[in-house]
Amino acid sequence: MKLELGIIKICDIQFAAESKVEGGVLYVNKDELRTLIMEDETLASCELDIARPGESVRITPVKDVIEPRVKVSGEGGVFPGWMAKVKTVGSGRTNVLKGAAVVTTGKIVGFQEGIIDMSGEGAKYTPFSQLNNLVLCVEPVEGTLQHAYEKAVRLAGLKAATYLGKLAKDIEAEEIRTYETPTITEGIKLYPDLPRVGYVLMLQSQGLLHDTYVYGVDAKQSLTTMIYPTETMDGAIISGNCVSACDKNTTYHHLNNPVIEDLYARHGKDLNFVGVIITNENVYLADKERSSDWSAKLCEYLGLDGAIISQEGFGNPDTDLIMNCKKIEAKGVKTVIITDEYAGQDGASQSLADADVAANACVTGGNANTVIHLPKMDKVIGHIEYVDKIAGGWSGSLQEDGSIIAELQVITGATNEMGFNTFSAR
Amino acid sequence: MIKVVHYINQFYAGKGGEDMANIPPEKVKGFVGPGMAFNAAFKGEAEIVATVFCGDSYFNENKEAIETVVSLIAEEDPDIVICGPAFNAGRYGVACGTVASEVKARLGIPTLTGMYEENPGVDMFRSKTIIMQTKDSAAGMRKAVAAMAPVALRMAKGEELGSAKAEGYFSTGIRVGLFEEKRGSARAVDMLLKKLAGEEFETEYPMPQFDRVTPNPAVADLAHAKVALVTSGGIVPKGNPDHIESSSASHYGKYDIEGVNVLTDKTYETAHGGYDPVYANADPNRVLPVDVMREFEKEGRIGELSHYYYATVGNGTAVASAKKFADTFSKELIADGVQAVILTST
Repeated sequence: MKLELGIIKICDIQFAAESKVEGGVLYVNKDELRTLIMEDETLASCELDIARPGESVRITPVKDVIEPRVKVSGEGGVFPGWMAKVKTVGSGRTNVLKGAAVVTTGKIVGFQEGIIDMSGEGAKYTPFSQLNNLVLCVEPVEGTLQHAYEKAVRLAGLKAATYLGKLAKDIEAEEIRTYETPTITEGIKLYPDLPRVGYVLMLQSQGLLHDTYVYGVDAKQSLTTMIYPTETMDGAIISGNCVSACDKNTTYHHLNNPVIEDLYARHGKDLNFVGVIITNENVYLADKERSSDWSAKLCEYLGLDGAIISQEGFGNPDTDLIMNCKKIEAKGVKTVIITDEYAGQDGASQSLADADVAANACVTGGNANTVIHLPKMDKVIGHIEYVDKIAGGWSGSLQEDGSIIAELQVITGATNEMGFNTFSAR
Repeated sequence: MIKVVHYINQFYAGKGGEDMANIPPEKVKGFVGPGMAFNAAFKGEAEIVATVFCGDSYFNENKEAIETVVSLIAEEDPDIVICGPAFNAGRYGVACGTVASEVKARLGIPTLTGMYEENPGVDMFRSKTIIMQTKDSAAGMRKAVAAMAPVALRMAKGEELGSAKAEGYFSTGIRVGLFEEKRGSARAVDMLLKKLAGEEFETEYPMPQFDRVTPNPAVADLAHAKVALVTSGGIVPKGNPDHIESSSASHYGKYDIEGVNVLTDKTYETAHGGYDPVYANADPNRVLPVDVMREFEKEGRIGELSHYYYATVGNGTAVASAKKFADTFSKELIADGVQAVILTST
């Protein structure tokens, strides 16, 4: 399967009378987009705002971040099962508005949502401070239950990203990046001497607002399965998560999965990137056993020599991570795991809730309990009053002067377990 | 001017080798032996005000040696104490590690020493003081001083050190954040390729030895046992009076449920930030089963339900914190005559 990504660089977003992409600027007709989003009867209001790199702006509580993309050629549409029919995606050409993102915010559950600071100390830890963000502040009609509200915000984000993506359908991309995965047999013939490497992508599926969707299917109701790496670039996997902000994989992360990019970068040279195994992180022991058995079985079945395993979340999913690692290693397949740490504010505690000697090659996205001081921002998009309650904050986190003292946990994407960032710990 | 006290052994003090290893602690003004190189490396920012030395055998065989050394150092009121470096000398390493750890613990003064990785002092003291990595013999003195002096200056000024890897000290077991050159995914690919090729690779998080707890034997006579409920599911009286954090809890709550037959959405809620709270808030008994325990009490299946329950939030809470909570409230449970505890999570 072969996919070309047409990169269209966006250096600014502005509200305008006509929505269009021109000269690297994304112009948005606010009313038109708002009308589209407000078609959802669950919603009472939708405010649109723009946050640019370097601005003194804080966005909170952040639910999801989504990159606008559009299918130019090839089967299906971006976000299959949601914004397009359930056709297999990942081939042909897709245009990407690189440098732009849709950020969704709203009250949702209150606890688990994150912070994106566009400048200052906090900006160093989130990759989204580097993007031009169109922020949707979405509120539900009274009496809407949280899970219905979550779904409404999730769809609002996807709708907005799809709307923006379509503006770039006919634009000539300045750069084309090509990604291709041959079939298993072709791969063996092409690269007979290269180690066969797979990627085990763990999807948050603990339920109760901890959900990830694959082609519209709730991952917790799926067996461990396989997809072509390029399918993820067309939005085959989306986030429906309301979990701790630092290590949840937003839809943006799924679209720009760094493990997939970095394995492709070495594909055909140092390794043969065979494919992606997606597995879930359910809460019942039987599910954990079944899913990790299947991960190991598929690694064996594909004749892999090595696999990278990435996690999402922490605590309970640590057990899934270690089970996957242990069982895959037991099949003779060498592994590297990517996780993050909860070593306490002093960094002295044990970092994971589970451990095994098989997990001897570990990459870490840093200690999420690290305490940081975020300066006051001139402008807040969203609701600042939740800072004391979000995971990683505490009563008194929000200081009188508008600054915040909290754990790194509060920052969206700060300790990402796909290895999206350079932040780490030793 | 930063005041430095230097601790060395009889050999580096110029008193002699093994034959002089039995001399007791002494102090001289200014620098001696390797102290000269340190003083030069401080470039006028700091000065060795005194050097304390002791025979390695005497130090390791006489318990009072450390007492004398600590008081000799305390008299100088230094900003930092440098010990050694001890390279691969075992007894000297233990002496340097002991002096550095005790001075830091008792006087609250930052301390620094240096050793070779195989020195037994490394594993004994790495969690208690900063130990810089050095070569295995005094031939590495120039390099050791060049590495240790700037770190010592920064420690004396109260600056936070970077990670063990970046600074060149032996990991203390404390996790320290840093920004790498490559992103995590690229580091993972590099590490996997090394592992596949059978080359050496360095994990970024060595797996800990796990503290596995063997369950107690079953309670023989439940019908007469006092049973308590303890939860990490965050069930607290409405309004969360103790402000237990939604994640990374710093404390727990102890709540009286005498006369409470059922928890309702009017009286209790969850403080937990790791799951959708709707179902726990609608019926808190789902997480803390007071209703069922009361039925069991009435039916005589348990003796009684303890008047108090304990609650915290397990979400992202450090294992060390959880251990500390349990250490405290386990004693209270025992004092209350509780014979069995039902632990509920989420």
